[in-house]
Amino acid sequence: MEAIVGGFEGELKELREVFNSGKTREASWRRSQLQGILSLFKERESDILKALHQDLGKHHVEAYRDEIGTVMKSATYALGNLKKWMSSKRAKMPLASFPSSAKLVPEPLGVVLIISSWNFPFGLSFEPIIGAIAAGNAVILKPSELSPTCSSVLANTIRDYLDNSAIKVVEGGPLVGEKLLQHKFDKVFFTGGPRVGEVVMTAAAKFLTPVTLELGGKCPAVVDFISSSWDKKIAMKRIIWGKFGACGGQACIAIDYILTQKQFASTLVEMLQKYIKRSFGDNPMESHSIAKIVNKKHFSRLKELLDEPGVKSSIVYGGKSDEQNLFIEPTILLDPLLDSSIMTEEIFGPLLPIITLERIEDSVEFIRARPKPLAVYGFTNNENLKKKMISETSSGSITFNDAIIQYAADTLPFGGVGGSGFGRYHGKYSFENFSHEKAVMMRGYLIDFGFRYPPWNNKKLQLLKSGLRYDYFTLVLIKLGLKSKA
Amino acid sequence: MNADQEMRRSVEELRLTFKTGKTRTVGWRKAQLRAILRLIHENENTLFHLLQSELGKHPVESYRDEIGVVKKSVDHALNCIDQWMSPKKGRLPLVYFPASRQVLPEPLGVVLIIASWNFPIALTLDPLIGAISAGNTVVLKPSELSPNCASFLANILPSYLDPKAVKVIEGGREVSNQLLQYKWDKIFFTGSTKVGKIVMAAAANNLTPVTLELGGKCPAIFDFLPNSDLKVAAKRVASGKWGPCAGQAGIGIDYMLVEQKFASTVIEQLKKTIKRFYGDDAKNFKNLSKIINKGHFDRLRSFLEDSAVANCIVYGGSFDDTSLIIEPTILLDPPLDAEIMNEEIFGPLLPIITMDNIEESIEFINSKPKPLAIYAFTKNENFKKRILAETSSGSVTFNDTVIQFLCDELPFGGVGQSGIGRYHGKYSFDTFSHEKAVLERSFYFELEPWHPPWNNFKLQFLRLVYNYDYVGMLLLLLGLKRPSNS
Repeated sequence: MEAIVGGFEGELKELREVFNSGKTREASWRRSQLQGILSLFKERESDILKALHQDLGKHHVEAYRDEIGTVMKSATYALGNLKKWMSSKRAKMPLASFPSSAKLVPEPLGVVLIISSWNFPFGLSFEPIIGAIAAGNAVILKPSELSPTCSSVLANTIRDYLDNSAIKVVEGGPLVGEKLLQHKFDKVFFTGGPRVGEVVMTAAAKFLTPVTLELGGKCPAVVDFISSSWDKKIAMKRIIWGKFGACGGQACIAIDYILTQKQFASTLVEMLQKYIKRSFGDNPMESHSIAKIVNKKHFSRLKELLDEPGVKSSIVYGGKSDEQNLFIEPTILLDPLLDSSIMTEEIFGPLLPIITLERIEDSVEFIRARPKPLAVYGFTNNENLKKKMISETSSGSITFNDAIIQYAADTLPFGGVGGSGFGRYHGKYSFENFSHEKAVMMRGYLIDFGFRYPPWNNKKLQLLKSGLRYDYFTLVLIKLGLKSKA
Repeated sequence: MNADQEMRRSVEELRLTFKTGKTRTVGWRKAQLRAILRLIHENENTLFHLLQSELGKHPVESYRDEIGVVKKSVDHALNCIDQWMSPKKGRLPLVYFPASRQVLPEPLGVVLIIASWNFPIALTLDPLIGAISAGNTVVLKPSELSPNCASFLANILPSYLDPKAVKVIEGGREVSNQLLQYKWDKIFFTGSTKVGKIVMAAAANNLTPVTLELGGKCPAIFDFLPNSDLKVAAKRVASGKWGPCAGQAGIGIDYMLVEQKFASTVIEQLKKTIKRFYGDDAKNFKNLSKIINKGHFDRLRSFLEDSAVANCIVYGGSFDDTSLIIEPTILLDPPLDAEIMNEEIFGPLLPIITMDNIEESIEFINSKPKPLAIYAFTKNENFKKRILAETSSGSVTFNDTVIQFLCDELPFGGVGQSGIGRYHGKYSFDTFSHEKAVLERSFYFELEPWHPPWNNFKLQFLRLVYNYDYVGMLLLLLGLKRPSNS
């Protein structure tokens, strides 16, 4: 039940005043906030772990791996690179503009709004916050109400460790989001589903606010026939992680479905079953190593996916669920109907359809026929297949022989394309996402080319022609009257 | 088949062409770029005539601002495209070993370029160069306010460029609105802030990324300068106000800020410069473009309907209804709440606002939306620093005007109300590309601790991993470091 809230004018006014004062632009302020994030995670780790367990049933090691370790790594990376990122870069000027110099100066955008999702409430809040702070902005964070304990911990810890006049948290549901979006921000960074993404972008359009939309999609994993038993073992572990291991499959870069050859399918199913048991035991719910489904609504949604005709009959493993605990066990389906909801909507849960094809290369066409996902995965040692997948599919990213791990690489841009979103972040891309690179040109009065100005005549035209071509030799000749045409 | 169906069919054809992969080959892209070069070269005189008749542009101005710019842009793209298209390899932290990472640019797909009327050739072809270099198929929608240029492009482009990959669609607002309903992989828009909002709102329906090149009131700060520099500065100001399409330019100077005691000197010098450049025969101004149509002509005249504004005219002020030419006009200190000081002028009227101290100009500029460009004529290094640090704009140019437009290495775009995104040079290529992150891992080496079943050892290991503490990891693996109980 959402309380009726105010319009946030007061908060926004304060943020704008603080930004205008220049405080957030100081390198020292940015550093202190990034250090503050590190302290927050060091000192309040147990509160964070408790909240993630409460809202999502995440095992504390999974929580550390996916949200705590990653954020601390990113904050440290930002601290180490801040000076470099903040410095201006020289740009080359053509000789024709001599004497001149040019540079690119990064500057903060101003007051930014970050809307994060419920599946990785800490990671998806702090990764953008790190970028926004490093770039010198003031921030308002709106975490998801679907992970309320986490949202509350976010509000409290940010209040305790970061500069409240410049970084604020606003908790609440869609009504709060709507009210916030009625205001003008200098940037909106949104992680979530496409439907709300559209609402966000439409609201931003009223103010010409630039947006980054980190959406999802059906991330396919092409699993080729693998001969070596060592490779098979590693691949299975990584596939299982990629599907079930990150928030129980409720992740934008989780493997959504698998594509494999017909001949390999039964081996694959067998191996997946074996390694599911190895990772989670015979009773996965008891292992407490798989996150639960976030709420009843999503639980029902997932159950309904399984209940469709042509889908239910394709279940080859798992399928059991526990409504009280909001738990669904790892479930494998073999060739459900292609036009069923489970094959047309983003699953966002621990249900793994395997689609079989005559040849593994057909997977490329299969993927291309569908909206561009956030990630494409390929488990194969076949270099040609890799090349084909890279050049003939389009996605935010493509990863071979592993899954999810691209999220932790500071040097890889993280973002979607087409239906999976636009804009990107992580590492320096986070800094750039929240910055404006101002082009600065400095000229002098020493040299002034008369042919830039009217009154016009043919000689000036010829001089301009050679000038714009950087054909300085001809330019000189024309000037000296030794040549008449450029 | 009605107009909508026909347009949809054209767009469908572009999508099919893109799917064939033809536009991705470097051979195709270079062939198209060379064709643009030939088009300009073989039709130069026709273009001069068109721009002169439609906009009153003198051939030298047309060359300087449009034809020469496009030529330079294509040459630059042809020189650099191999480099732009190549994947960028990079480093990953050691924990990922063995792995390789690259960032690979790929085309977005089918893109829509909507151009404005003031530089009808440059604003269609320059973005087109970017879209083609990046490997996309394109719909060009030139402005109906420069219909002859639009027709010319519609007729001539199919004989130079691949008609299955680049199409020109002519028409007015209805056509634009229709086009905006379709699903594009990118929309590139040059025009007014008002229409920019409409474009972005329409793009939101399909979650289409946009680049908006808008305008704004670009100020010129004019500090005290010694006489010799003053003369050159005045030429550059005149060139930046009345030079590009008689002030109808996004980066044209909109208004000027000058110190009270210096104002008359500056005005005198400007008057001399105007007379030299354009003559003072009210019936026959030379080298000056006309206003695009009656609507805009009347709009500009209405700025002066307020007598409080009209009384501030210190030079010029004559309007010729037949030729649609407005004399270069200077106004001294019009009321700050008048329309002319709050809307983008986009015409040859130059308000000069005086202040006691030139440093007040910073606050003045900050009280208005962020412009596309800020110009500052000053030799005071401290003042320059303040301008850079305390104002925000697409770009800043010291001691010159408009010239930043010519530099291939500088990004060209706005911030805040002056726009989203940027182009020119490599930035054009980037704006029409998606940079896909490619991560290749191998099966050789596996860091066990990533996956469940969970235990303390794995948690400890993960802590060390995120700290890139390789020594610690090694010690832990060798059993020389005990996992702490956390």
